Amino acid sequence: MSRAPATRRAVAWLDQRFGAAGFARTALNKVFPDHWSFMIGELALYCFTILVLTGVYLTFFFHASPTEVVYQGSYAPLRGLPMSEAYRSAIYLSFDVRAGLVMRQIHHWAALLFLASIVVHLARVFFTGAFRRPREINWMIGVTLMILAMVNGFAGYSLLDDQLSGTGLRISYSIVLSVPVVGTWMASLLFGGEFPGSDIISRLFVIHVLVLPALIVVLLTIHLAIVVRHKHTQFAGPGRLDTNVVGERMWPSYAAKAIGLFFLTTAVLCLLGGLFQINPIWLFGPFNPAQVSAASQPDWYMGWLDGALRIMPGWEVRAFGFEIPNPFFPGALLGGLTFGLLYTWPFLEAWATGDHAEHHLCERPRQRPLRTAMGVATLSFYMVCLLGGAADVIAVTLGLSVNAVLESFRLAIFVVPLVCGWATYRLCVELSARDGLPARPGGGSGGRTRRSTSRRARRRAASTAGPE
Amino acid sequence: MAEPDPGDDGPAETLAAVSFGLATVAAVALSVVFWRGGQPQAEGILLAVVCGGLGVGIVLWARLATPQDHVTEERHLVGSTEAQVEALASDFEAGGAAFGRRRLLVGLLASAGAAFGAALVFPLRSLGPRPGKGFKRTAYADGQFRLVTAEGEPVRVDDLPLDGVVTVWPEGHTRDGDAPTLLIRTRPEQDLRPRPGRGDWTIGGVVAYSKLCTHVGCPVGLYQAEEGLLLCPCHQSTFDVLDGARPIFGPAARSLPQLPLGRNEQGELIALGDFSGPVGPGFWDRDR
Repeated sequence: MSRAPATRRAVAWLDQRFGAAGFARTALNKVFPDHWSFMIGELALYCFTILVLTGVYLTFFFHASPTEVVYQGSYAPLRGLPMSEAYRSAIYLSFDVRAGLVMRQIHHWAALLFLASIVVHLARVFFTGAFRRPREINWMIGVTLMILAMVNGFAGYSLLDDQLSGTGLRISYSIVLSVPVVGTWMASLLFGGEFPGSDIISRLFVIHVLVLPALIVVLLTIHLAIVVRHKHTQFAGPGRLDTNVVGERMWPSYAAKAIGLFFLTTAVLCLLGGLFQINPIWLFGPFNPAQVSAASQPDWYMGWLDGALRIMPGWEVRAFGFEIPNPFFPGALLGGLTFGLLYTWPFLEAWATGDHAEHHLCERPRQRPLRTAMGVATLSFYMVCLLGGAADVIAVTLGLSVNAVLESFRLAIFVVPLVCGWATYRLCVELSARDGLPARPGGGSGGRTRRSTSRRARRRAASTAGPE
Repeated sequence: MAEPDPGDDGPAETLAAVSFGLATVAAVALSVVFWRGGQPQAEGILLAVVCGGLGVGIVLWARLATPQDHVTEERHLVGSTEAQVEALASDFEAGGAAFGRRRLLVGLLASAGAAFGAALVFPLRSLGPRPGKGFKRTAYADGQFRLVTAEGEPVRVDDLPLDGVVTVWPEGHTRDGDAPTLLIRTRPEQDLRPRPGRGDWTIGGVVAYSKLCTHVGCPVGLYQAEEGLLLCPCHQSTFDVLDGARPIFGPAARSLPQLPLGRNEQGELIALGDFSGPVGPGFWDRDR
């Protein structure tokens, strides 16, 4: 029985240095509500951890240099071809470095899952109203994290200087160029001149491995610190009130489950990385600005952008000798509007409903038909965009004319969100009627403010209002 | 290790033990795979077994070691009491008052900050050249160039079959990003309708257009000879080669710029000047 005294000694030693025994004990006893949907944000965190670990390994072998070299390595089909040092080092690390390919593929799969879990996490927070006071700022930090993750994913796969990523870079260059007034300056400063320029790979590398990851780490830390400060939201239920948190303690149940989930996430990513080929750059070949292959599609989280570019009819604005080019509208304006709406949603909703009270209970989507309908309509809009990015593939697969498919998408982009939104609204109203709960299109909501009610009155109100 | 066995948690404990055992075996096997030079599929599977074994084992262990009942923690309002907020605000104002009374200093500090910020913008200017004429001209503007393929070979009309397409550059500029040009040989029976003033820009049914799509600059790669249509594989913009490469479908809003073609004494195709307009994607002052 020598273990206990050793633990005691270690705890005492540390406390004498930090005096944090009280704080640490609170942390160990922190309560986490138990609902599967609260796990999705965690999943994003674990993906990010894997991204950092595999990414560090990749940087040991990748050279972000545009210098032209002639390939003489072990992959025979590319031998003798001129290519950039960046592309050559990516081929080298894929074929000649131990675990290089598996690390690269795990890294790429982890990026896809990272973005997927962020989007689902965002949807969960949105549809359950978990962005309401006091969590508005954390919602905005979350939206920022999603944008940073998207940009960093794009920067990452654009580093390799293969034919596909070069095409993606060219498109993003053109979108930057399309911005009114400052577009040409922005494009020139970012790329170091006209496309392709000689600087973009090395600049993207610094952005991808230093600037954005550092920002993500900082914001992620704040994101989690705010979660600790607010404590988690929870769904209403027996004993689950606006004034408490019911769940498992951090130590040992939650910690063990979290570590277990981390390893299970890693296991899935390893399996994907080992067995399912992703971004086989050796098949795409080195980037040649004069070439492009059909069916060039970006990673899924950039697919909406590519689809929106395709669906947009050939309009542009020209007046007084100036022009706003076509890609500006789907490429820059659409994204700006979307993210602007996401950032301001908590405030817009509070303004529209007049509900400025503090909330800690999650709502069920059916309780808020209008919000849920708008969320579904927005998601379906982006789903149409995403599918539009595969318009040519759809046309070829179904044996239809590409033009006909794209024309249908131009219609669907308006019709599908309307239909989905309307159907969702009806469904929510029906479901909440069946539950015997009045749906609340607007208006107050059992929330709390310090000024309006005393503690005891609140407690009483909350326990009587809680569903049975 | 001298702890007494918890005993009756049989199946779960056995399963956790098996998971950890499996992880150990897979880790050893992973070492062997790496030692033998590596094999991506085997590495992926073994890594997955190691991590999966650890994950399953830990979760099972947690389930059997910890009580499953829920605990309740009280939650308090996030905001502080009004008195606390009041105290904070007055402390802050008391400290700030010392600064606030000196109007001149505040103004000077602000202008120093603004001037410093402005000064720091200038180094960014080195990130790239001024976006001037470069966006509106290509190497073709520098003279009359022979048109050559990627391999540097000059092109004669008869090198191109009917309906044939070849990508060319001004000689000596085959690496220029803005100069790739499509030579297309139309069939005599096709109704090639040149734009006003460009009647003599074609040679023997061969027309030359910039290869860069006017949408977002992808190389316009696919030629549907039957209809004389050029298709951009990126976003499906379609251009009518017979009608000045006018966009007839998709997001592109402008014709592909045309290159005036000529012939030298050897019968090789040359460019008589620059394209009819700026190539590639649009930008704010393109028409200026």
